[in-house]
Amino acid sequence: MNFQRIWALIERDLRKFFRSPALMMTSMVFPLMQLVVLGYAFGGKIVGVNLAFVDMDHSVESRNVREMFNGIATGPRTFRVIEYDSLPKAVEDLKNGHVRAVVCVPEDFSRRFYHRDRPRIAFMEDNTDQFISSSILERVQQMVDQLNTPDVTPRLAGQVQLDTVEVYPYVEYIKYLLAGSIALSVFVVAMIGGGITFIDDKARGLHEGYLVTPIKKTELVLGLIGAGTVKGLMAGMVLTVIGGMIAGIPDIWNPVRLFYLALVVTVASIAMMSFMFLLMVRVDDPLVPRATFGVLNTLLFFPSGAVYPIQAFPRWLRWIAIIDPFTYTVHALRNLTLKGTGIEGIYMDVLVLLGFSAVMIAGCFALFKRQL
Amino acid sequence: MNAIEVDHLTKKFGDLVAVSDISFHVAQKEIFGLLGPNGAGKTTLIRMMTTLTPPTSGTARIAGHDIRTDADGVRHAMGVIPQAMTSDPELTAVENMLIHAKLYGVPRQDRDRLILDLLESVDLLKFKDALVRTFSGGMRRRLEIARGLVHSPRILFLDEPTTGLDPVSRTNVWQMIRALRERSDLTILITTHYMDEADKLCDRIAIVDHGKLAALDTPTRLKDSVPSTDTVEAEFENAPADWIAQLQGLAHSAGVTQRDEVVHIASNDGPATVAALMDLTRARGVTVHRVSVHGTTLDDVFVHYTGSDLRDAAKGGAHYDVGHLYR
Repeated sequence: MNFQRIWALIERDLRKFFRSPALMMTSMVFPLMQLVVLGYAFGGKIVGVNLAFVDMDHSVESRNVREMFNGIATGPRTFRVIEYDSLPKAVEDLKNGHVRAVVCVPEDFSRRFYHRDRPRIAFMEDNTDQFISSSILERVQQMVDQLNTPDVTPRLAGQVQLDTVEVYPYVEYIKYLLAGSIALSVFVVAMIGGGITFIDDKARGLHEGYLVTPIKKTELVLGLIGAGTVKGLMAGMVLTVIGGMIAGIPDIWNPVRLFYLALVVTVASIAMMSFMFLLMVRVDDPLVPRATFGVLNTLLFFPSGAVYPIQAFPRWLRWIAIIDPFTYTVHALRNLTLKGTGIEGIYMDVLVLLGFSAVMIAGCFALFKRQL
Repeated sequence: MNAIEVDHLTKKFGDLVAVSDISFHVAQKEIFGLLGPNGAGKTTLIRMMTTLTPPTSGTARIAGHDIRTDADGVRHAMGVIPQAMTSDPELTAVENMLIHAKLYGVPRQDRDRLILDLLESVDLLKFKDALVRTFSGGMRRRLEIARGLVHSPRILFLDEPTTGLDPVSRTNVWQMIRALRERSDLTILITTHYMDEADKLCDRIAIVDHGKLAALDTPTRLKDSVPSTDTVEAEFENAPADWIAQLQGLAHSAGVTQRDEVVHIASNDGPATVAALMDLTRARGVTVHRVSVHGTTLDDVFVHYTGSDLRDAAKGGAHYDVGHLYR
């Protein structure tokens, strides 16, 4: 093994990388843009949903209920209350999409309230949008719970209470998404370096110039993967710092954590670069990596838990997550950025990524053709 | 010891025989040409010799290293300038040279001086820091020749080095190749489909057609081997139906062929044949549009040994070159 030759290939790629601002920007801007857009689009609280309120009781108690809804409308502003005189009209507007939910206080509400005869409030919701309907339901349920709370709390309460302790500060969605975006930047570099550029160079005949030199197959493979790894590390760390600052990750410059982040990004780069190289090792057509970019992005990024918890996936999708290097990258990066763990929180992910890389590189050695 | 020894090399792609049982040797310091149309098998042959393609049978020794058993030794001993432009357009001239110097293990202390010397020798020193993508085809080819010499090889392979270049650039490349031979002990093997290139550059020429070796000798001897010394070319109007047969009887005529509207008369004495031709046309009332005489060229040699000229062969033989599928 001649390391000078391996380094020569890495040096070649780095010179080209630094000379191509468009390439550098693409590998960093796309994941950063996704982080900002998705982070803020998915992470916000739902506000301003139209809710129809129909008071058929016209009592003091029904007005109390109405006041509680007004409190939500002016406080958290989850919904905007629109009063209706007619229940059928409110339901019609619900079906036509003018309102997202209907709350109806029936005529016998106050009578049942005083007789303690299970007073009821009707709630009808447009459940075509699960995010909105669950958010409204949560608010309405809170109000109903409040209505059920006795005015005077017993001195010795017999009810079981749950005391919740949140180990970490509140995590906004953009912080949750950051790990996936860092992994995505590494993937984009692997896709460009290990896929598009590799096949383009091959198609342009540049590889023929290297194949006539004494460089060995293993050196060529390691040189090309090494070049992608260095570029992936640079893109990943730039995104870690910039993305971390945008997302508001505390203490982003902590040197120990930066070291562990660099470690994870490095092994993730090796894993993704070797994976990409194995996929493209026998490909000659420059259109292939371009055509597969979207497919691979969808197949690797989304099942990894980068945007949604793996535990919510169906069984077949969990299998993809298990063999997906993104999964371990995202898990390790999330442990570091959100939980501030040390090596004990990432070593299993690092080992899995290294094992994955070893299998991919062995495959590249076996399939790479030293001759034309 | 010969610089190159090719021993019954054969290459098959499925049922297609691209190179069929070719043997020859190239002496040290010789400029050796492989001449043939596109698709004749030249590139496949050179790729086998440069370890880029494994032979189906036979072998070759490059500077004493067998291509089958000592590919690494072969790669160290040779410099290769492939047909495709293989310099990296996103790197500068110096960077291209530097990367290759490292791949060949050129010692660090020698690299800078060697690279600058080579760039100067190909007249690219003032463009050393320019990106290769800004180079013309001729400049890029000169750079690649310099790059092929960065490790001081004993043998240089050039696969159609002037294809696609303008006449001025072609002449520059020829001058470079001649200068290389004069300045060093370099052995050069060059493939080309240009007759004039082979004629002007090569000490010996192997004519390759349909994957086979049709002839091999010095340009002079190859020309002498054709049974005529001159060729008379003429175009006529109002020629009778038996005109070709009448031309066969001209003084010193050694054969008459017609391609398109042009009649080619092989002659042992061109001027005498032209004089006789003029007499015959006047006597038969045939109008002469054009007549010319030239000595035997390699084109005539190619026609003699292969039965077709280079242009015809290129049309019919393009399907033989499957190596381009890689690109």
